[in-house]
Formats: sequence, structure tokens, C-alpha cells
Amino acid sequence: MINPAIAGKVYPPTTPYLVGREKIREFATATGTQTALCTDVEAARGAGYADVVAPPTFAVIISQKAETALLFDPEADIDFEHLVHGEQKFSHHKAIVAGDELSATLTVTSVKALGGNSMLTTTTEIVDDAGEPVSTAVATFVIRGVA
Amino acid sequence: MTNLSTAPAFTPGDVIAESTITVTRETLVRYAGASGDFNPIHYRDDIASAAGLPGVIAQGMLTMGLAIGVLTDALGDPSRVVEYGCRFARHVIVDPSLGAQLHIVATVKEVRDATATVALAASVDGAQVLVKAVATVAL
Repeated sequence: MINPAIAGKVYPPTTPYLVGREKIREFATATGTQTALCTDVEAARGAGYADVVAPPTFAVIISQKAETALLFDPEADIDFEHLVHGEQKFSHHKAIVAGDELSATLTVTSVKALGGNSMLTTTTEIVDDAGEPVSTAVATFVIRGVA
Repeated sequence: MTNLSTAPAFTPGDVIAESTITVTRETLVRYAGASGDFNPIHYRDDIASAAGLPGVIAQGMLTMGLAIGVLTDALGDPSRVVEYGCRFARHVIVDPSLGAQLHIVATVKEVRDATATVALAASVDGAQVLVKAVATVAL
């Protein structure tokens, strides 16, 4: 299911991800957002942003990259056929806008047994190219036990 | 641009945004491309059923994103959402021809000095698909 010894493990920062204007527009469209600040550069600049502003869950693109290292880590031994996303939370320290270069560092915050299942919680810190905190993503995954 | 004159007032108990969204297979494929989540249980019936699911299901993060989109459209500025979390309670099964109807209601729970907490109810056919979906909004 999962190796409990990986609790506390910190994975190396992901390769910097350059947030693209069209990516923000594409993500906004895909999540049904009509807000002009996500699509219209002039509107975003008029509101004081350098470029279009990402929707609140856009940060998952970056945190997901950090999770990949964990999910494919042989030491973690995760049975990802039985892995389910249980909970997700974002705390945003500043807006993500097009042009940002972001990288993510994932820590395995806990591994717990719950009935026949395992629960894995990760905390991913997303920072910009100056190292300033941008978002904290906390995810909980459930790995269903196989009877 | 955030237009304060049209921005919703925050009074506990008030519904500040509500919408019904039709989620189709196209919605799932579009989100897969936009987000980079290419898990085939979100577009292939055979793989979904091999995984023990009753059919292709929506990405949990799509449901989470659609729910907050209803609120950010009302706010006018997505960066006012300083915190947002939820638990994924139930799969959203997306029928190949009919899709699924996702109903979102954003209700103000609490107002403090500089923030408001807004509860997002997300349901399909009357069943809640997200629980504890709460956003903290900067006022």
C-alpha cells in the first residue's frame, strides 16, 4: 500500500514552471471562470496586476508536478491504482500571474492507517523565482486497501 | 476590474452566487489538457470500469475549480480567495450523452475584520459531491 517510513520525507524542488498567459486563459475556460482578470490583460493591468491572474485552483498544476516525484518514488511504494484524492486545500500568499516562474517543494507530512486503508498527507510549498512564498497546497490521498 | 459598487455585500447566511453547470465528457477532456491530469479514468469507460467505477468520473480538482469559479465570477477578482479547501465526498459520474448537472451554491458563513468565509455547496442530483468546501475571501 505505502511505506510508512516516508513520513517526513522532503522531495527536491521541481524544475521552475513558467506561468503562461494562454495557460491561465485555458485553465480559466476549463473551470468555467468568466472573470475578465483571468483573460483580459488590460483589465488585469488596470486592477494593478502585471498580467492575467490565475484562478484559485491553478496552483494544482505546479503542486501536481511535485506529487509526481512522490507517486513514482520506489521507496514510497504507492499502489496508485488504488489511490484516491481525498482532500485538497490551498493557502495563497500572493496572486499567481502570467510571467511568474514557480517551483514546488513537497513534504510528506503524514502517513496513517485508517481501517484497511492508508492516508497520505502532503504539504507543497510553491515559491517564485525570488524564493518568495506564493501558495501552500495541502493534499490528502487515500490508498484503498485490497482485501 | 473589481467594481466595488457591484461586489456582493457579505452578510452571514446570504447566498452570494449560485449556478448549475453542465459537465460533459468534453468538459473533462478540456480540463485534462488545461491541468495536465491525464488519468484515463476521466475519459475512458473501459479503464474506469476496470478501476471499479460505475463510469467515467470528473476530476475532483475540476469540481473544486468549477465550484470556486462561481464565487470568483461574483467577486470579480480571483486573488481575493486567499484560502480554499474541500474534501472529495462522492464521484461525479459523467454520462457520455447526458453529462452531469453540477449545482453550486456559495453562502456567506462568517465575516471577520478583513475576511469572510464562504461555504460552497456542490451537488449532483441532490447529493453533495464536495464536503467542507470553504473559501476565505479577503474583504
